[in-house]
Amino acid sequence: MAQAIQTRGPVSGTAVTPKKRPKLFVLDLYRTAVGKKYVMAVTGLMLVGFVFVHMIGNLKMYLGQEDFDHYAEFLRELLVPILPRTVVLWLLRLGLLGAVVLHIHAAASLTALNRKARSVKYQGPRDYQIANFASRTMRWTGVIVFLFVLWHLADLTWGFANNWGAAAADGEFVRGQAYANVVRSFNRVPVSVLYIIANIALGTHLFHGIWSLFQSMGWNNPKFKQWRRHIAVGIATLIVVANVSFPIAVLAGIVGE
Amino acid sequence: MSHLENLTLTIWRQSGPDDAGHFERYRIESISDEASFLEMLDVLNERLIDEGKEAIVFDHDCREGICGTCSLMIDGQAHGPQRGTATCQLHMRKFKSGDEIIVEPWRATAFPIIKDLMVDRSPLDRIVEAGGFITAPTGGAPDANIIPVPKPVADAAMDAAECIGCGACVAACPNGAANLFTAAKVSHLNLLPQGQPERWSRVEAMVETMDEYFGSCTNHGECEAACPKSISIDVIALMHRDYRKAKFKNRKLISQI
Repeated sequence: MAQAIQTRGPVSGTAVTPKKRPKLFVLDLYRTAVGKKYVMAVTGLMLVGFVFVHMIGNLKMYLGQEDFDHYAEFLRELLVPILPRTVVLWLLRLGLLGAVVLHIHAAASLTALNRKARSVKYQGPRDYQIANFASRTMRWTGVIVFLFVLWHLADLTWGFANNWGAAAADGEFVRGQAYANVVRSFNRVPVSVLYIIANIALGTHLFHGIWSLFQSMGWNNPKFKQWRRHIAVGIATLIVVANVSFPIAVLAGIVGE
Repeated sequence: MSHLENLTLTIWRQSGPDDAGHFERYRIESISDEASFLEMLDVLNERLIDEGKEAIVFDHDCREGICGTCSLMIDGQAHGPQRGTATCQLHMRKFKSGDEIIVEPWRATAFPIIKDLMVDRSPLDRIVEAGGFITAPTGGAPDANIIPVPKPVADAAMDAAECIGCGACVAACPNGAANLFTAAKVSHLNLLPQGQPERWSRVEAMVETMDEYFGSCTNHGECEAACPKSISIDVIALMHRDYRKAKFKNRKLISQI
């Protein structure tokens, strides 16, 4: 192989002195790039699970106001009376918040590492050979989805963005009236367009993310191999189609009177 | 046998590791289409030497695609436009008369340029030194088939062992990651019975040595497309799985099954 510029290190694997490691096992694992990929995969899986269940819950919209609002209330009453009202909901929210923070921290630090790994770029033109659109745009779709989630919370959880530009006939945001709030929001065409664009970005992110998490965790075998792509396409398509249908249904008058 | 006429080569010239470097253009009036890419560079170098100029430095050795010494980023593709082929086995018939060809060295922080197109790939040696061996006592050659290995396992190990350590995976990776190289070296021993005694310490040592020099994997698959031996990224999944298991097993220091 190529000649060395610097003096060579120890040649035997057994002669290498063990590195100092953080005492805590998880910190030791998170320190490595592969460990950060495990964290991205596991937190990503949690977030995919959330997005999927969220989509299923939203489908209640098609059953009408009563069912939809009842489902929203049910989420607050999970495991009542074992635990007081909204406790489980808050535990789930904290779990998701932790997953988002870790997912973004791992992504940011890996991006910094990757930039450092090629400090001098290729000077001639260079193009990807087989990397697909989804894998190349993960950072952008990730940022779009994150900003969208902030908007989504402001619109339908906190509600202050729900009244912006809403028709007078639709009334005002009322906490707990999930169905009316959704209809009021989607009756604004630009907002519906925003939801549709953000969900396509989400689908693109999931398409690469779901396949990628199997690879990062090492969940693969010759028989399962091709299914990883099918699973990624299936889940991403299902989520995008269902989520995009909601604003269209409201604008078309199928949902809401 | 026919000839290609009027080729323009844009080649990276850099007098040493500390030089900024620049592209220089060379014309090839006529070259046989049966010449390999390296033979074309040989012809150019003969001419440069005759003209009293300094020859272009590039890595090469066996010229039959098995040593992994040659490199070159040709028109933005590691080892040039032909899949599953090292630069030495790339022939001029893959190009057309009048083509402009841009030739650059591998670029990665771990691969400093020694001169012109030659880079120092010794970090790959560091990874192999960390675990790319078995500690079985050697002696006379053992009888064939004394250790039974199922045929599919032997095939999978052989596919991984095809790696010639050229570094094209690092060069092609947008993140400058060496996961395909490391995973090939890990897999070829970890799949075989002879590699089992050090299976878990091997993968941990090699992955963590890789971490010191290279970027991280984002599952684009560019490395597989660039690999002159077409090694599948399935080996990366295998390495990620073994690393995950090793972190738990090595931590507990119980019998490493």
